[in-house]
Amino acid sequence: MSDLTQTLWDLIVVGGGNAGLCAAIEAAETGARVLILESAPKAYRGGNSRHTRNFRCMHQGPLSVLTGSYEEEEYFDDLLRVTKGKTDEALARMTIRASEACLPWMEAHGVAFQKSLSGTLSLSRTNAFFLGGGKALVNAYYNTAQDLGVTVAYDAEVTHIAIEDNAFTGLDVTLDGTTTRLKARALVLASGGFQADLDWLADAWGPAARNFLIRGTPYNRGVVLRDMLDQGAQSVGDPTQCHAVAIDGRAPQYDGGIVTRLDCVPFSVVVNKNGERFYDEGEDVWPKRYAIWGRLVAAQPEQVAYCIIDAKSIHDFMPSVYPPETADTIDGLAQKLGISGAKLRDTIETFNAACREGEFMPTELDGLATEGLSPPKTNWARPITQAPFYGYSLRPGVTFTYLGLRVDETARVSGPAGPLDNVWSAGEMMAGSILGEGYLAGFGMTIGTVFGRIAGQEAAAHVA
Amino acid sequence: MSLDHPPTLSLTEEARRQVEICNACRYCEGYCSVFPAITRERAFADGDITQLANLCHNCRGCYYACQYTEPHEFALNLPAVLAEVRVDGWERFAWPGALARVFQTSGVSLAAALVVGIAALFWAISALTPTDGEGFYAYLSHAAMVAIFAPAFLFPLAVIAVGLRRYWSEVGGTRITGGDLKAALGDAARLKNLSGGAAKGCNYEEGDRYTQARRHAHHAVMYGFLLCFASTSSGTLLHYGFGMEAPYGLFSLPKLFGIPGGILLTLGAVSLAWLKTKADRALGAPSVWGGEMAFVGLLGATGATGLMLYAATGTALVAPLLALHLGTVLAFFLTTPYSKMVHGFYRLAALIRDAQIRTR
Repeated sequence: MSDLTQTLWDLIVVGGGNAGLCAAIEAAETGARVLILESAPKAYRGGNSRHTRNFRCMHQGPLSVLTGSYEEEEYFDDLLRVTKGKTDEALARMTIRASEACLPWMEAHGVAFQKSLSGTLSLSRTNAFFLGGGKALVNAYYNTAQDLGVTVAYDAEVTHIAIEDNAFTGLDVTLDGTTTRLKARALVLASGGFQADLDWLADAWGPAARNFLIRGTPYNRGVVLRDMLDQGAQSVGDPTQCHAVAIDGRAPQYDGGIVTRLDCVPFSVVVNKNGERFYDEGEDVWPKRYAIWGRLVAAQPEQVAYCIIDAKSIHDFMPSVYPPETADTIDGLAQKLGISGAKLRDTIETFNAACREGEFMPTELDGLATEGLSPPKTNWARPITQAPFYGYSLRPGVTFTYLGLRVDETARVSGPAGPLDNVWSAGEMMAGSILGEGYLAGFGMTIGTVFGRIAGQEAAAHVA
Repeated sequence: MSLDHPPTLSLTEEARRQVEICNACRYCEGYCSVFPAITRERAFADGDITQLANLCHNCRGCYYACQYTEPHEFALNLPAVLAEVRVDGWERFAWPGALARVFQTSGVSLAAALVVGIAALFWAISALTPTDGEGFYAYLSHAAMVAIFAPAFLFPLAVIAVGLRRYWSEVGGTRITGGDLKAALGDAARLKNLSGGAAKGCNYEEGDRYTQARRHAHHAVMYGFLLCFASTSSGTLLHYGFGMEAPYGLFSLPKLFGIPGGILLTLGAVSLAWLKTKADRALGAPSVWGGEMAFVGLLGATGATGLMLYAATGTALVAPLLALHLGTVLAFFLTTPYSKMVHGFYRLAALIRDAQIRTR
């Protein structure tokens, strides 16, 4: 540790996920002396990046594993649709355009890509998948950083950023139980959002947030973000909002990651704790509706819901990590799920009576809708009749928060008196600047890579 | 870590638990054939687990990429659990299984077999000294060699054939077509499953860094072994088919196969052993580490003693080196059904079965 305190670093990067690593690599390639402070232990390094799987990339023709082309306008339209316009168009377009050069850069820095995974063919044109997923990407970047002479400290929690006269002068970090002041000429903040801090979530969402599962790392507690906001850093993004998807209710409190997803909603009837339906399960194909169900379930009593399917549908979706509850009768299933059998039977019978004849086509909008039911199920509405019956519990799984640091197109952070001289930010910590609402698969890694690289280049130029 | 699964889960059940988590994730699809094979199923019978275990080449890419390894509560270590299932299966399929347990796990047992083999050859050479004969046959007649090595070669093959039948039945294999065989041999010849796909290598001696070292070393051993085998086979053919008896000159088939084969086999085995000392034992089957290491040594010794024997041609060292080499070969043959050597047979069977399932 004394080595760390005795060095005047050119650049300290707070947060060792994708964005921080990209910044560290860019700066180290110019010869800068770089230190990464990662709050997680080595086994859990990489923040939420370790749970990711792909990178949304603009390309004007086939590129690496990407098929066809995916141009700026289409990409931007996709972003506009999910954010409902809550984006900064200039920053968004800059990010999209920069993504194309990122993919070859990633490959040159050790990231291997694979064809889109089975079950994700719809993304083969837009998203480049990391071979082995995000942890393999994180490993590759740590190896590259190590080869470039970057120093990494794990279990290093930054508690305070010292800012004087609009400039960063040093930071406090807790290492081995001792808090020390480290000095550097430039700072990149890439320590993510605050979604792992349940108290903060409860402040924003109310006590219901205590029933949320955190899908990613437990180390994104927003300590540095809060410290910066307390010092008047300009913020962006709705502080009361987080992005949540509906995941398997039995998932671990933290770090459940990809395997906790449940893709059965479109083929099921979803009821709440009271055995009542509350939303159109068949509104659209699952990838497009996956993201709204976290909030739908969060609004239900005790923040829980239950997916009910029958034997006809059990093979129509990706396998889940936990086996479903199974019973030969609806009553038996209700008992296992802990909901009223009479009420569930009534809901299912009412639903069944509203189903009509038609062709079921699981991979497209088949228009097989209920009649006279409220709320309706507008596609894939097949009666739940064939035993055995299966049930999965659903809970909101928080993936990230929107509140972050406002940055400009050079990734620079602004304090109360305008842009800070030597502080940049990248990744989830500033993603709210572009992603004000909703989510677009693989876009978090795009923001992290683009802004991480920019932040690293800018910081390196500052200290050169 | 050791395979610290709850005692209520058998090895196969623990493997199934892990494979089901993999099937819900699928991030590793591009590494090898195991993951595409997993995604083709929703439920995994015991035979499916046996098949997946033998398809796994222990490249370890999936371990280092996995977000669910310990300390995560899912505690995945797929390369290790599949290695344990493999070893367990080879023991079950072998006849008698107890011998497999002894030679797979204990390097000392394998070394003892080596000593016995060498001693047997020393005895044979001293007791059965022929009255005439050229080259090696001046020390041990051709008839004596055949009398020793024909059964020592054929008996292990018969035992392995029995084991493979048991394997084939457990994994539900069907009639093998030329296409299945071609696909499997192609994968084996390139060691496709140690290539890491786009990662260009496996994770072995340098932790999460990808290198081709293990694949190259394995290639050297495999092709070196096949060349040595071709050398012996061509000698047999020359002897019986063409009446051309050993010793053979430098520009004969047995030597043209045997010398590069011996060099590749020896260097490859040394490299593999060295890599093995660098790799994390907890990502394989730790219980058989010693047996595997001894097996690699034995393989290397067959190549090295063969080269030494050739180098000693015409000197007084031929007699002891002949005993050393033939004794090593004898020990290697006789333990084949019970040593790590069987992996080659089961791996090829798994590749054939995988080809069948892929084209089903």
